[in-house]
Amino acid sequence: MITPQRLLLVVLCLALASVTSIAISLSVGSVEISLLDVMLGLVDPTSSSAVVIHELRLPRTLAAFACGGLLALAGALMQVLLRNPLADPYILGISGGAGVGALAAIFFGLGFAGLNGFAFAGALLAILVVFGLAHGDGSWTQTRLILTGVMVAAGCGALITMLLSIAPEERLRGMLFWLMGDFSQGVNPTFALIGIVVLGLLVAPLARDLNMLVRGNDNAKALGVSVNFVRISVYLLASMATAISVTTAGSVGFVGLVIPHLTRMIVGNDQRVLIPTAIFAGGIFLVLADTLARVLIAPQQLPVGVVTALIGVPVFLYLLNRTRYQ
Amino acid sequence: MTLSQGNSMNALKAIFNVANANLRIGTTQVCSELNLELYPGETLAILGKNGVGKSTLLSCLAGLPRGDISGEILLGGKTYEAWGAKAAACWRGWLAQKQQDQFSATVLETVISGRHPHLNRWEWESAADRELAVKSLQLLGMADFSDRDVLTLSGGERQRVALATILTQQPTLYFMDEPLAHLDLNHQIEVLDLICTKTKRERVSALMVLHEPGLAHRYCDSALLLFGQGEWLYGSTETVLNAENLSRLYGYPLVQIERPDAAGRNQRWFVPA
Repeated sequence: MITPQRLLLVVLCLALASVTSIAISLSVGSVEISLLDVMLGLVDPTSSSAVVIHELRLPRTLAAFACGGLLALAGALMQVLLRNPLADPYILGISGGAGVGALAAIFFGLGFAGLNGFAFAGALLAILVVFGLAHGDGSWTQTRLILTGVMVAAGCGALITMLLSIAPEERLRGMLFWLMGDFSQGVNPTFALIGIVVLGLLVAPLARDLNMLVRGNDNAKALGVSVNFVRISVYLLASMATAISVTTAGSVGFVGLVIPHLTRMIVGNDQRVLIPTAIFAGGIFLVLADTLARVLIAPQQLPVGVVTALIGVPVFLYLLNRTRYQ
Repeated sequence: MTLSQGNSMNALKAIFNVANANLRIGTTQVCSELNLELYPGETLAILGKNGVGKSTLLSCLAGLPRGDISGEILLGGKTYEAWGAKAAACWRGWLAQKQQDQFSATVLETVISGRHPHLNRWEWESAADRELAVKSLQLLGMADFSDRDVLTLSGGERQRVALATILTQQPTLYFMDEPLAHLDLNHQIEVLDLICTKTKRERVSALMVLHEPGLAHRYCDSALLLFGQGEWLYGSTETVLNAENLSRLYGYPLVQIERPDAAGRNQRWFVPA
C-alpha cells in the first residue's frame, strides 16, 4: 500500500534523477562540456560554455523534459478515461489535428510562430470536434468516445498524406521531421513548462477519483464520484497536455504509451503515485532520448521520435514478457 | 400488499421508500406504479425471469439511473439528488453484477476503494481503513489473497473481493446485483449468512437480486417478484414465495417442498415439476 510518505520519497528520488538527466543532456554534444562547467555556465553568463548552454542546450533539454512529462501525463489519463491499456495521447486525433495545422503552415511557408499557432489551433479544433460529437446524447461512453476519436484521427491522417503528396520537394523534409517529433528547430520550452506544472496541479485533486474510474463508471458513481465531471475534466486535461506537447515538438511517439505502462509495472496502478511518477519518468526518458538523437549520428541529427521508438519498443516488450512469466 | 403493518408495530421509520415508480427500458415495462418500503434490518429479494429488468430496476433504486424511471425514491427520507453523490455513497453500497477489471491492482487496493466516499479529497486511507478492509477480506475467507492481482482471481474469488469491497464501504443500505454469482454452494450459504447476520445485528438493510427462491425464502424478509409487462408482487417471503406465484413467475410448473432445518425453522424449496 502507498502512503503519502512513500510518495514523497519516490518524488524526491525522481526529482534527483531528473536533475541528473538534464545535467547529462547539457554536458553531452558536439562540444563536450564537463559537469562542473555546466554548473558554472548555468550560474555565470560570462563563462566560456554559457552561450552553448543558454542558447542551445538548455531550451532544448527543458522542452524535451516538459514534453516527455506532458505526453506521459496525457497517456496515463487517456488510459484511465478509455479504460484501455492501449490508449495513448494521440488516439483521439489530437496529434492528427495538430499535424494538419503544422503541415499546412509549412506548406504555405509560414514562419515558426505561424507553425506553432497553426499546430495548436489544429489540436484545439480536433479536441472540440471529438468532444462535441462524442458528447452527442450525453452518454459519453468509452466506445463512442474512442470511435469518434479514431475517426477524426483517420480523417486528419488523410489530410496529412494529401499535404505530403502535394508539398514541394524542399519542404518535405521539414514536414517529415515535424511528424516524427523533433527538438532541433529552435524550440521554446516556456509554454510546455508552464503547461506541465499547471496541468499536473489540476490533475492532483482528481487522483483518487481516477482510481475509482479505473474500476468502471458505475462503480465510481456508486462510490460517490461525479463521473461526468471527472471524465470531462480528464479528457480536457489530457487533450491540453497533448496539444501543448505536439505544438512544441511535433508528434513524438511511444512516450505516452510506453511510460505510463512502465511506471505501472513498477509502482502499481494507484493514480496518486502513478501520475507523478509517469510525469517525471516521461521527462527523463525524453531528455535522454533527445540527447541520443543529437549525438548518435553527429553531426547529423535524428528526429527524437525515432529514438523513443527504438528504445521504447524493445524495453516495453522485454518488461511485458518478464511480468507475464512471473 | 406491503409489510408496513407488521413493522409499524415497532414504530420504526422506513429507511428506504419507493413510491409510484415506473421503469421502462426501450419497449419493456419493468414495473408500473411500484411501491415498497424497507425497514432497518430488513432484507428484500428481487426475483424474476432473465431479461425482465431486475438489474436495471436495482441500479435505478440504487441511484444509478438507467432507462426511463419516474416516481419517488427516498433514501433515509431524502432523494439521491438531495443527498449528493458523495453523501449518498456513504449511505448506500452497490454491488455490480460483473466486475470489469482492465488494469492490475492488488486485492487489498481494490477492497480499500470502498472507503472512497468516507475520505475527503486530500485524505489518504488511514490504518483504520486498512484494518477494515483486511477484516472484510477475513469475513469472506479471502485474507490470504490481499496481495494477489485481481486479474489473476477466479470468478468466485473475484466475487468475494467485490463483496468485501462493499462491506468495507459500510453502507446502511446494500444494493446487490446477484451477490451469489460464481459462488459455490458453501460460499452461497456463507455469504447469505454473513449478510443476514449483519443486517439483523447492525440494523442495516439489503436489496438483492437472487435466482434461487428457496434461498430467498430462507434468508430474506420480503420479496419482489417481477412478472414482466410492468406487473409485480411484493410482500413477505412467507406469503409471496409459493409454488403458484413462482410457477407463474418463471413460466414453468414448480413443486413446493417443506422441511425443517437443523434449528427447526421451516424451509421451503422449489423444484421443477
